[in-house]
Amino acid sequence: MKHLLACLLACFSTALVAAEPAFDYGLQAQRVADDVYVFVGRDEDFSTVNGGNIVNTGFIVTAAGLVVIDSGPSLRYGQQMQRAMRQVSPAAPLQVFNTHHHPDHFLGNQAFAGTPIVALEATRQGIAAEGNTFAENLYRLSGDWMKGTESVAPTATITSGRIQLGGRALRLLALNGHTEGDLAIYDETSGVLFAGDLVFNNRAPTTPHARIERWLASLDTLEAITREPGFSAIVPGHGAITRDAAPIRQTRAWLRWLDQAMRQAAADGLDLNEVLARPLPAEFAGMAVGMREYRRSVGHLFPAAEQEALGHAH
Amino acid sequence: MGDAPTIHANMSRILDIVIDRKAQIAEMNDQVTNLLNPMQVPVTVDATALGKVLEVIVFADFNPIVQILRFYPASASAYLGFRVKLQQSTPVRAAVRTADGVWHVGGTWVNTVGGGCTAPSAAAAAPEWQKQLNQVSARQWQSGELAGRLRLRVVHPMDTGLVAGIPAFHLQEIRLSDSSDQALMRIETFEPVSENPVFTLQQKTAGRVKAIGRDNNGNDFSVWIEP
Ligand SMILES: [Zn+2]
Repeated sequence: MKHLLACLLACFSTALVAAEPAFDYGLQAQRVADDVYVFVGRDEDFSTVNGGNIVNTGFIVTAAGLVVIDSGPSLRYGQQMQRAMRQVSPAAPLQVFNTHHHPDHFLGNQAFAGTPIVALEATRQGIAAEGNTFAENLYRLSGDWMKGTESVAPTATITSGRIQLGGRALRLLALNGHTEGDLAIYDETSGVLFAGDLVFNNRAPTTPHARIERWLASLDTLEAITREPGFSAIVPGHGAITRDAAPIRQTRAWLRWLDQAMRQAAADGLDLNEVLARPLPAEFAGMAVGMREYRRSVGHLFPAAEQEALGHAH
Repeated sequence: MGDAPTIHANMSRILDIVIDRKAQIAEMNDQVTNLLNPMQVPVTVDATALGKVLEVIVFADFNPIVQILRFYPASASAYLGFRVKLQQSTPVRAAVRTADGVWHVGGTWVNTVGGGCTAPSAAAAAPEWQKQLNQVSARQWQSGELAGRLRLRVVHPMDTGLVAGIPAFHLQEIRLSDSSDQALMRIETFEPVSENPVFTLQQKTAGRVKAIGRDNNGNDFSVWIEP
């Protein structure tokens, strides 16, 4: 009887330990080029299982320290990112860039207290205005992974131009269209282009702050860089790293189709529910979270298309 | 199935949840609907399978203002598309009274992050929009699958009165009639209808339509919608 009880207790406590979540993002730095590394997120939406690890963040090892590109979706992520970076280099963070004001890209800022955090002015404003609301949303979507996370705004702003950081030439591109401020960073030494969320790869783009015309123009700017002789790789905001411009073309094709589909649906007289029920074209059928992002995008983009299609009544 | 209303009130897919003469709700645990914009939840009520319909009442059980809208189809079909603000996840239902005096009830569960009724309208935040108050844009479709369709958008903040310092300010009624003054449909709108409401109606054939409306502050409009 005693034995049985002991066994029961042991089994029970094992179960308890197993049920206790570790909140480990399992971040593994993927080498893209000499001194350039990326933590590749999952092709998913936010969940209590992935804790918001759906985003690509990265870092460049320079002579003066680590240049960090985006800080991830939570305080825990930012802390774990630092631990994972130390496995690659003992150097301390030199500077953090936030590519734009979406929460999966900057809510790890808190873990980089004391390090300059820089972004475009529009991004800084967006984080100041909406950061807390975003954090609340992520608590709802990702649960306890978010524990202790607070929105921390960038400490300084930057504009387009070529800068030297730790002896490394970085080309900063102040673009927009995915949001009001989208920073792309081209590391001239390695030829690696950090595109932020202007580029998605085999994962449907998100559009809550999108202006499609501007986004398409920004993609043209990025594609021109991929034609430069030194270009070696694109790091998209979401999805796998590539050595060619394919994800730029795919993102462009999705945005053009989406824009056209909204206009056509509005011209055809469809109601919002009917637009939502439409299938994806075959070319996007394999894209991760395609239907989910399509439905969200309808909510963001259809009202304007609809308004354009309806004539003024007197 | 045949003689019950169909309610579409879902961001992720159209649901044909049909519960005749019983106030049952099929619950749906689809994470996707958690991402629904609570300010613009699309609802399509299609009671055309019920025969002659006199009155339709649409309501959301857990909304602070339960009643959303009523409509009275005359020569237009017993069909109406519109959008609502929801404060939290709730059943959205339609009660349909047919010419034989019977009420038919159908509904669906809508998951939403909520807050739609206590968020200020965009117009309240930027009052210059109100210069366009009650401006109507509209269009009719004359051919194809959707022949006879009419869509109508009215600029109005549709303030619920549940936001501190912003009194209730909403459209109360829209009457649609044809060129010989025969009624197509009368719609009574309440606070939960979305800002700048858009309505989708179905007539037998397109023709000149007059739309007359007023809000709770006595502002009104009267426009012609050409076919
Ligand atoms: Zn983004």
